[in-house]
Amino acid sequence: MAGPEIKAPAFREFPTIPALQPGSMAGSQAYVASEKIQEAIGFQGKLDDDWQVTHDKAIAKMGDLLGKYRGLKVFMDSCVHCGACTDKCHYFIGTADPKNMPVARQELMRSVYRRYFTLPGKLFPSLVGAKDLTREVLDDWYTYYWQCSECRRCSVFCPYGIDTAEVTMAGRAILDTVGYGQKYSNEIIGKVHKIGNNLGLPGPALENTLEGLEEDVKDATGVDVKYPLDVHGAEVLLVTPSADFFAEPHIESLIGYGKVFHAAGISWTLSSKASEAGNFGMFIGNYDQLRKIALRIREAALELGVKRIVVGECGHAWRAAYAFWNTLTGIGAGANDPFAIELQKQLDPNYKQPSHICEVTWDLIQQGRLKFDKSANDDRIITFHDSCNVARASRMGDYAGGQFDIPRNIIKAVANNYVEMESSTIRETTFCCGGGGGVLTDELIDLRIKGALPRMEALKHVADHDGVNFMATICAICKAQFTKVLPYYGFNMRLVGGVHQLVSTAIKLGDEQ
Amino acid sequence: MTAATYFFAILFYAATALLVVGLIYKIADFARTPAPLLIPTTPAPTTTGGMVFRMFREVALFESLFKANLWIWIFGWMFHMGLFLVLARHLRYFTEPVWFWVALIQPFGLYAGFAMAAGLGGLWARRFLVERIRYISTPSDHLMLALLLGIAVTGLMMKFVMHTDIVAVKAFFLGLMRLEIQPLPEHPGLYIHLALVALLMIVFPISKLLHAPGIFFSPTRNQVDNPREARHIAAWASEFDGK
Repeated sequence: MAGPEIKAPAFREFPTIPALQPGSMAGSQAYVASEKIQEAIGFQGKLDDDWQVTHDKAIAKMGDLLGKYRGLKVFMDSCVHCGACTDKCHYFIGTADPKNMPVARQELMRSVYRRYFTLPGKLFPSLVGAKDLTREVLDDWYTYYWQCSECRRCSVFCPYGIDTAEVTMAGRAILDTVGYGQKYSNEIIGKVHKIGNNLGLPGPALENTLEGLEEDVKDATGVDVKYPLDVHGAEVLLVTPSADFFAEPHIESLIGYGKVFHAAGISWTLSSKASEAGNFGMFIGNYDQLRKIALRIREAALELGVKRIVVGECGHAWRAAYAFWNTLTGIGAGANDPFAIELQKQLDPNYKQPSHICEVTWDLIQQGRLKFDKSANDDRIITFHDSCNVARASRMGDYAGGQFDIPRNIIKAVANNYVEMESSTIRETTFCCGGGGGVLTDELIDLRIKGALPRMEALKHVADHDGVNFMATICAICKAQFTKVLPYYGFNMRLVGGVHQLVSTAIKLGDEQ
Repeated sequence: MTAATYFFAILFYAATALLVVGLIYKIADFARTPAPLLIPTTPAPTTTGGMVFRMFREVALFESLFKANLWIWIFGWMFHMGLFLVLARHLRYFTEPVWFWVALIQPFGLYAGFAMAAGLGGLWARRFLVERIRYISTPSDHLMLALLLGIAVTGLMMKFVMHTDIVAVKAFFLGLMRLEIQPLPEHPGLYIHLALVALLMIVFPISKLLHAPGIFFSPTRNQVDNPREARHIAAWASEFDGK
């Protein structure tokens, strides 16, 4: 491809906050969805020729969202421009574009909100920073709402809990409504509905893949570990990101899930109908899509008659599953309405519904039902990258913060060498990989590389000082993103992998149980 | 009775009405807007009691701001706690006899006035000195700080430089509360102080000062982290069930 070679920003000797470079990322735009992609999922195909029509539709949609989402309304009214969030976004740190400061990203929408929905903005727009919605403003929305990974790091630090992810989602929802959608995300949503997963892997291909996987595992271990598909009456339905079926290093974790179920003697199945845990409806802030995509899992669970629903290693999917599935589909507990009860009476109340695969594995470890040869991982010095949606938008286990401890506990149970990265870059203040929230697309590679800077710096530190050569994570997007950007920072792309990849390496499959 | 007395009497009735009606309207608006999805910023409390404690830490100690930026926290907390004590101290103008605890905090309220002004000064300096904050500041952000600093400085002036007849001021406000108009002392500092306070009351419900009620409605802070245990569903979303 022509054009300048894309380079990673230099590591900072001290983590200073960059001086502003206005407009430095103004040219980094995601591809716009075609009419075909838009219309396939029920969105307007393209912008109206008459700007006034687009303008009116956008403002009407904004009013609609303000009436439906308390968060958005409170967040529009509450910001005082204190600046607490200004240095917290990995995209700002990596790009120095001031519109990537969380408050400035919000302000793209808030200035329009003030103009059309508040008295001072109607009377004295320039005084309060209110702006008319123009084509230029809408283009800015498109550019910068697609430079946000909805990672919520800013929401940790905001004194009012303002979550830029919610604003980004609303911005994207308005853009979709007026026919200004993003190709990458909307194309994927179309595939989920048409084929059943984000990567467009049809049922027969999935079956072949899983058969091949069984042969590979048999060759490697001599044990018949099964990777079952569409088995009625299985105890567990495993829903996992479709990248787990063939992408590296994702597939290594899928192998690990199968070994865990095999070793524990739990019957399980994948579903060709619900062969995708990811839910890009969340990224575009569209409740209807979020719900429709999640409903596939409910339907598969009802058809297969499973007792438990378990989710594989995927960050935003775990947020959708943990925080939203009960609301959207009734997968959970505690409902008193017929729609949800229909499913909940089928599910086993002794288990958390849904469960994360890490919760399952950790429970089994604690019960002594899994045995490991920890030395099998001795060639690895391991660190753990907390994925944003797991860290800041969900939970594992019984207490707040279990999402940090359980994956680490598993790693320490299956390996001897574990090192923690710098404390301000892990747990609730973890940095996004740079590719989450619907920006994992090639045309945004510059943004993705720059956005990875804070994580790469923390990794560099433990790589240099502690010899870390394996960064474990539990998110399909993190894995794909790091595989791509690690080389730009001088690391081996194979340095990233899944927690269940480590489990897979160390687990004993004999008759120990 | 001077014209100024009537002017300020009408101004304070109007400002109070706008403040109360405006705040009730906004709070009702926040309260009736549904939160369709559970979006607490995690790790979040798993019980209502835990959530209330989190909210208390947020409101009283500015916990998240403390994690974010020590300078903003110091100035912001100093200003808000100062303002809180100063407001409490001013209750003596509206109560007769003065409540016990209001009498008790009078000396602290005095120092709080300086803390308030210093905090505001620090916050305002950041708007000029820190490039990122300069970038996001609007004219109204500066005016709001000018307004608050004006209130603090005129208040302190009346205490330490140009005294006014505070007994008469108290009679004026107690009168207003009984729907009687008592003479307000003729004092330029007092006039400015009161006019700025009235302006603050008027702009409160239509400005960023809405962060005060807003935080209590912020779903990332006021939601309990229990989505797997209880089905959370908004009215507009529940109608989709089964379709």
